[in-house]
Amino acid sequence: MIPVALGISLILFLLLRAIPGDPAIIRLGVRATPAAVANLHREMGLDKPIWTQYFIYLRDIVTLNLGDSIRYEVPVAKLIGQRLPITLFLAVYATLLSIIITVPMATFAAMRKDQTADTTIRIIFMLVLGMPEFWVSVILLIVFSLKIPIFPLGGYGKNFPEHIYHLALPAFVLALGQSAWLIRSLRSGIIDVLQDEHVNFARAKGLNDRMVLLRHILRNSLIPTVTILGLNIGYLVGGTVIIESIFSLPGMGSMMLEAIFNRDYTVVQSATLCFAVLVILINLLTDLTYSILDPRVTLG
Amino acid sequence: MGTAQITRTYEPSGLIAYITHRNRIWRKNPSLFAGGVILLAIFVVILFNKQIAPYNPIAMDFNAALQAPSRQHILGTDNYGRDLFSRIIRATPLDLKVGILAVLFPLIIGVFVGMLSGYFGGIVDTIFMRLVDTFIAFPFMVLIISVIAVLGPGLNNVILAVTMVSWIIYARLVRGEVLVAKNLEYVMAAKVLGYSDLRIMIRHILPNVITTAIIFGALDVALDILLASSLGFLGLGVQPPEPEWGAIIAEGRQFMSTAWWISVYPGIAIIITGAGFALLADGLADVLRVGGKEG
Repeated sequence: MIPVALGISLILFLLLRAIPGDPAIIRLGVRATPAAVANLHREMGLDKPIWTQYFIYLRDIVTLNLGDSIRYEVPVAKLIGQRLPITLFLAVYATLLSIIITVPMATFAAMRKDQTADTTIRIIFMLVLGMPEFWVSVILLIVFSLKIPIFPLGGYGKNFPEHIYHLALPAFVLALGQSAWLIRSLRSGIIDVLQDEHVNFARAKGLNDRMVLLRHILRNSLIPTVTILGLNIGYLVGGTVIIESIFSLPGMGSMMLEAIFNRDYTVVQSATLCFAVLVILINLLTDLTYSILDPRVTLG
Repeated sequence: MGTAQITRTYEPSGLIAYITHRNRIWRKNPSLFAGGVILLAIFVVILFNKQIAPYNPIAMDFNAALQAPSRQHILGTDNYGRDLFSRIIRATPLDLKVGILAVLFPLIIGVFVGMLSGYFGGIVDTIFMRLVDTFIAFPFMVLIISVIAVLGPGLNNVILAVTMVSWIIYARLVRGEVLVAKNLEYVMAAKVLGYSDLRIMIRHILPNVITTAIIFGALDVALDILLASSLGFLGLGVQPPEPEWGAIIAEGRQFMSTAWWISVYPGIAIIITGAGFALLADGLADVLRVGGKEG
């Protein structure tokens, strides 16, 4: 993990240095006096050798001193503190929804392998896979916010029930894309496990179908699906950038986009860093989940 | 042999026989056939772009603004009175260009790096694998967007950004294949014959490992078209007034309540194109994996 973290910081550092133009001039404007520019250079550490600058950057990350937003002139860490909970809420909400969609659909399809129901579910989700998320969002907004006004056009709400209500459509769009991958994996997982002897044995013991399904089939077929879920959450988190801008949610993704259009590079860089840290943590969490699902897996 | 007569009772003839014969390509490889037909149609659209589009896609006509689909404008018009069908047709070569170039460049770089890394191993390989670990930690979309933040919006920068980020996927794919291939007998034989590393890599290993990259590449075109239209939608891709599918959907957002067609139809174009490449990838996998698992 440590080489990865160093690699990430190096890429972000180089990305920020690759921006055309002098950051001091970007902040002070083109009419700045050379003295003021030199002063700011010294303040920002830009007059030091590039390696020293990188170490300063590393020290700043570790101490959570992410610099100030050029546009809003507040610390980036504070902005992230305001925005991150919304993105996290959306990501968790979408993940839960995707599980709620995936498990019954995949079970239903696997139990009726190659029958009409199975084929229908597979074709529908294959089509979903090819649909752009932003397009699905616009369609859902047209249908469920404008033609039949059930859901709000955007916004985040003030308390927990309002969050659930306001984020329903955006979370559903993210969950739908995610489910398309998960259903494929869980369906074939269940079909494999169904042929195992322990399932026959459980039935022979006289367990009812419900218990066989929950305790003996699902638990065993979930492991590969959890891997895919873990890998795809990075993709889901990336999707929030678009979804947040469509549903006007004040999260990390929309912050990043605004920052790009405002040329607020410290914010872009910190947001990217924050997303990367999020993905690393999720991968860690995925590994922990294995040992819960499968006691044979020990964490070394 | 009484049964022989019963089995001969019905044999299709003529057109039906031709269509249903099991040696026909659509019976043997329906994915490849369907993908091929869709892509051929798209190719025709690109070739005869100007002839197919009934109107000038960027000519404004305020008398015809926001018209619903009708006989004059089969998919309706946008707020500037531009014909939506013509705009979608005109956007086709643009989106395809991004999709194909954003696969071709990473494919070439990735195959090159993957071959070197897998074949020689050692320090190059170690550095490469660290790089892979690092890139994978970023959400793909976020990384692409931050690269575009540096480069600036625009079609060529989208291609450049995707190339910078996704070559690593191809390199990893090829590296894995090379690791297996370099210990196979035909490579050993080539070494014993005293062939140079360069010759072994290009003449012996490359043809055997590149198929996986090509199959993934065909699917990746579909993903890149989705990506390019997402970036167009966010305003980071192709700049107006040039039509691009994602950008047209974004323009339509302001008129969702009155003119739903502006946002709906370009999405269907994206889905059809994506399906074409996904089916092609599926079909190619069947054809190219000779000697692999059947079915």
